[in-house]
Amino acid sequence: MSEAPRDGLIVRAARTLRRDARVRFALIALGVLLLLAIAGPLASPYSFDRLDWKHIAESPGWVACHWLGTDRLGRDLYVRALAGIRVSLAIGLTATLVSSLIGIGWGATAGYLGGRTDALMMRFVDVLNSLPYLFLIIALTMLFGRGNPYALFAAVGAVGWISMARIVRGQALSLRQREYIEAAVTSGAGTAHILARHIVPNLLGPVVVYAALTVPQMVLFESFLSFLGLGVQEPLASLGSLIRDGAQEMESAPWMLLVPASVLLVILAAFNLVGEALRDALDPREGGA
Amino acid sequence: MLRYALRRLSGFLPTLFVIVTVSFFVIRLAPGGPFEAEQGLRADVRANLEAAYGLNRPLWAQYGRYVGGVLHGDFGPSLKLRDVAVSELIARGLPLSAGLGFAAMALALLAGVGLGLAAALKRGGLIDHATGAFAVLGVSLPGFVVGPFLALVFGLYLHWLPVAGWQPDFAHAVLPLVTLALPVAAYIARLTRGSALEVLRSDYVRTARAKGLSAGRIVLHHVLRPALLPVVSYLGPAVAAIVTGSLVVESVFGLPGTGRYLAEGALNRDYSLVMGMVIVYGTLTLGCNLLADLAYGWLDPRVRYE
Repeated sequence: MSEAPRDGLIVRAARTLRRDARVRFALIALGVLLLLAIAGPLASPYSFDRLDWKHIAESPGWVACHWLGTDRLGRDLYVRALAGIRVSLAIGLTATLVSSLIGIGWGATAGYLGGRTDALMMRFVDVLNSLPYLFLIIALTMLFGRGNPYALFAAVGAVGWISMARIVRGQALSLRQREYIEAAVTSGAGTAHILARHIVPNLLGPVVVYAALTVPQMVLFESFLSFLGLGVQEPLASLGSLIRDGAQEMESAPWMLLVPASVLLVILAAFNLVGEALRDALDPREGGA
Repeated sequence: MLRYALRRLSGFLPTLFVIVTVSFFVIRLAPGGPFEAEQGLRADVRANLEAAYGLNRPLWAQYGRYVGGVLHGDFGPSLKLRDVAVSELIARGLPLSAGLGFAAMALALLAGVGLGLAAALKRGGLIDHATGAFAVLGVSLPGFVVGPFLALVFGLYLHWLPVAGWQPDFAHAVLPLVTLALPVAAYIARLTRGSALEVLRSDYVRTARAKGLSAGRIVLHHVLRPALLPVVSYLGPAVAAIVTGSLVVESVFGLPGTGRYLAEGALNRDYSLVMGMVIVYGTLTLGCNLLADLAYGWLDPRVRYE
């Protein structure tokens, strides 16, 4: 019974993604970057933390296979940028997954149960939302310590679930009025069963849209923290930490800034394009204007 | 209005208190301490250091002492920057950081509302397209890319503006201000354009036109106020964006503000410095949110009675 709308959703999403030229371009760009991030290091004899003392702050070119040049310690920028892409994408996706799961669970439960439970659960969300995000994150970076990016960004995702919970709760509130939910209740289905089989599958549309728009936010957030020195630690590289290093050397070696900065911009723009196209396709109310 | 204001105001102190308490305990839960990183520090010397700063006492006692101190305006000594009190660091850096933040907010509001209105009034025109491009770019470009890029182009290649060696004058403030205001201005332009278009389509604007009012009068008296509502409700997040952005901008342009102390303190486990910054920025953010709420209630009487 819940199969039909899900098929419709995927078909509609696929149609939009195929039709829009900008989206096709964004998807191709993401695919190329992903491929490069995985297979690209094979095209270079260096590893991301190898120091090449003979070629320090080399500019991009053919010298000793440093395609995109090297940094102040002679580390290959091509390989480090690819490592940065891997870290940024992995963290962006992990944080999005965690925040979506928490948000869906919280929002669906609050919206479906309604009444006082709903009021209490959403009040908690309001309080959390009024706290400045940044302090929580900085406190968490101190708690987890440095050098543990995945635990840290699971935590970032755990704070980022608030908007997802709000959206899902609104949807669940309207879904619980539907007749098939009433039918399920009268036929004796339990709350957990109804939530898992009838509520959650039917709110996948907005969830997919919002999750797609959350990925670039999380990528951005990771880069921001790494830029401040609070995220990924040396010798590991993230796009944010590369931009930070590049900004310090931009007078003598501008490519150290331009390479990671342009990669980050492509990733952010591509995810935003795909997310917004999905929103226009699946959630027509929020599109336009 | 007064009751609405009081209700909003009553949430301010408890929220601040929760932030301070949670931050205090969360940063203490972490393993390691401020003196962990020092090379060759003997165990007894470290114990003495910790005793001197009161770090060997039970956590709740430290918390009580800290809150008591803060209520008297004493934020404690910095644990890493020797011989400096945290309140001194705040007094030194805050005027610059706060001034820059407020100036950036004013700039963003002026530019954003102006561009958004202009785009809506001449829909499909040159300004509309330019604003659209500006909005997309401004929202998706992070400050830590824009800042270095502007410094590279206008400072190092064109030599128009200084990028290092901060002096409190206009030329030094231009690039930090623009970097800080850009994303907020872009978002405000988008919001204003959308809501102004909606208002321009409404019946009462058509009536005003039919009455023969001048275009300027219609915009000023009938369009602006309702069109600003979404902008005002965005002010809270905008303040958060500017606070976050100022951390980046101060680090990129080497400004001696308070922003760097937050990251620096967190890196060094300088408990009292981080806590001082949390209180300063928490008060600023919550205070500005409160002002935004009050402004919203003043502009839209409906929310006062919800």
